[in-house]
Amino acid sequence: MTIPHRTVAGLALALAAAAAAAQGTAYVSSEKDDALTLIDTKTLTVKGTIPICKRGRHIQRLPDGTLMVACTDSNAAEVIDPATGKSVRRLPLGDEPEAFDVSPDGKTIYVSNEDEAEASFVDAATGKVLKSIKVGQEPEGVKVSADGKTLYVTSEVASMVHVIDVASATVVKNVKVGKRPRRMAITPDGKELWVTNELDASVSIVSTADHSVIGSIKFAVKGARAEDISPVGITMTKDGKRAFVSLGKANHVAFVDVPGRKVTDLVLVGKRAWNVTLDKAESRLWVVNGLSDDVTVIDVAAAKAIKSIPVGRVPYGVVIVE
Amino acid sequence: MKRLTILLALALGAGAATAATLKATLLHPADDARLERSRAERAYLGHPTGPAEDGVQMALQEGAFELDAAGARVSLEARPAASLDAARATAVAAEKGGAAVLLADLPADWLLAVTDAVKIPVLNLGEASDRLRTQDCRARLFHLMPSERMRADALAQTLVSRKWTNVLLLIGPSPADQQRAATVQAAMKRYGLKTVASKPFKMSADPRERDLANPLLLTAGAQYDAVWVVDSDGEFARTLPYRTVLPRPVVGDAGLVPVAWHAQFERFGAPQVSRRFMKAAKRPMTAHDWSAWMAGKALVGAAVAAPKGPAAAWAQALAKTPVDGSKGVGMTFRPWDGQLRQPMLLTDGQGVISQAPIEGLLHPTNVLDTLGHDAPEKLCKQPR
Repeated sequence: MTIPHRTVAGLALALAAAAAAAQGTAYVSSEKDDALTLIDTKTLTVKGTIPICKRGRHIQRLPDGTLMVACTDSNAAEVIDPATGKSVRRLPLGDEPEAFDVSPDGKTIYVSNEDEAEASFVDAATGKVLKSIKVGQEPEGVKVSADGKTLYVTSEVASMVHVIDVASATVVKNVKVGKRPRRMAITPDGKELWVTNELDASVSIVSTADHSVIGSIKFAVKGARAEDISPVGITMTKDGKRAFVSLGKANHVAFVDVPGRKVTDLVLVGKRAWNVTLDKAESRLWVVNGLSDDVTVIDVAAAKAIKSIPVGRVPYGVVIVE
Repeated sequence: MKRLTILLALALGAGAATAATLKATLLHPADDARLERSRAERAYLGHPTGPAEDGVQMALQEGAFELDAAGARVSLEARPAASLDAARATAVAAEKGGAAVLLADLPADWLLAVTDAVKIPVLNLGEASDRLRTQDCRARLFHLMPSERMRADALAQTLVSRKWTNVLLLIGPSPADQQRAATVQAAMKRYGLKTVASKPFKMSADPRERDLANPLLLTAGAQYDAVWVVDSDGEFARTLPYRTVLPRPVVGDAGLVPVAWHAQFERFGAPQVSRRFMKAAKRPMTAHDWSAWMAGKALVGAAVAAPKGPAAAWAQALAKTPVDGSKGVGMTFRPWDGQLRQPMLLTDGQGVISQAPIEGLLHPTNVLDTLGHDAPEKLCKQPR
């Protein structure tokens, strides 16, 4: 069988395009809809919504491939099977869950319960609260180390990261970082914990070995004053070379050279850029804009926004399934 | 006191043994007329509905983790005073007893007497009068509560942003109303708003005084975009909206009201703060409660910045440490008059309609300084 040349060339082109924008779905939570918005990652258009529990916030993929979204006003999480686009179960997550992370074995969900000022360990199968640990007021970001032994929780009011030993379920260290710490990322080598400080226009870098603050990165945006730069969302590439930090009120996302601890690019996005996520190929960055009710998709290589897509009211987080 | 001690003991307990305790005394009026049940129940916007101690205590309890991590301690004692002289004596006794900071929810005259009688910083929790930030300012006096001028500026900016330029001004009979009306008129002038008419009003059912008391008569005979009512008491203003001759909004002390805080504010983690307050104090968090809470947060901030003291270090840290009040920015005291710079909320009592400074307003250094008296005006001559 012979294939005409033109077709081969066409196929190659199509493949290249697919690599740039693989077939998949972005799931966006929004606080005022009780629904997820689904976006086709190839066409960058909304293809539907899924009803969920009330006030969906943090959304994350579980090790078994399902999606979990925490619903603050339902004291629960909705678990969605991306294959069917349907909820498979609803799991209690303690009082007022905001953010969570999952143990590497997928058996435990670690949740910040903002009104109770607690970090809870929740059994992923039954929703039973196994343990609750008192932390500073308004706990927010939750991150578990790759080995599953250490849990980090930020407290917005106390301006600290609580380091929790998972085995004993106790706080072993309180690390003072910048004002109003929000979200965290751990470098792939496990050595550094990066924490965004909403009211300090900065990221604090914490050594995971001794839990000391070993560095910080201040953000500056031309035309914006320091008080208008409120970093919240953060994500890192798999090779640990680049980080992406949303700058909230400054309506930009900062690209950061991780080893150099330097900002390399600033990309204009929507209003109050909140949480961020990368697609699998790390070629596109998805940014959730809490005050313009949309998400912005950025071409990472060009450091340029490709498109902003309207979603629900007060969007919060995004996960991509490819 | 007891609650706080228990909580501090509960927290991690590291290094607390060597820490100095930042002692603070809260002075408030005994038999506070503002908090009489019949008045507190009205819950007029901009008026207090409960004791300041509630907010301060909440901040200290929230601060337990931070204090403990720094090995710092704060203690609070609340003391009522029945008169200006009693307040002064209590302040002096508190300072002698080791208080490093005074918190005061007192009338302006009392506040000045107290401040002049001691050498430690005084935090003003509830008094908005402008003279405390201008001719009667004091170097050691810090204001958590926004000034009348800040409130007037916030509302004037909002009217500008709506293009509601022509304003009918209705002014109450009390000396406070007269003073506040002057502040309002100055703010209107600054922002280019026009007073189409300025009329006195009076609470009265006397038919001979109906020109002063009847909302329809008061609001007739002029064309205006909004009615700005200055009513320190609150009773007249409360029922003014929807009773004007022209279908125009009422602003000022009813209708759309500029305040430091409202329990329905939805941004910047504010609902959690209001919810915690509701849980602890069993009432919605007002602007006065927010200011009291901020005073507690300022104490925590100072103690954390200088865990071992001494008093001079706390005083320094207090003036400089930014405080997070869940309004989206770290807030600091203006070095020229001790006023906490802060965004203001515009509320109709049901929700927060907007914020000031309004979007697009510019300022050479800090846009928050468009609210209240700014450094170049040099209205406070006391060096800090």
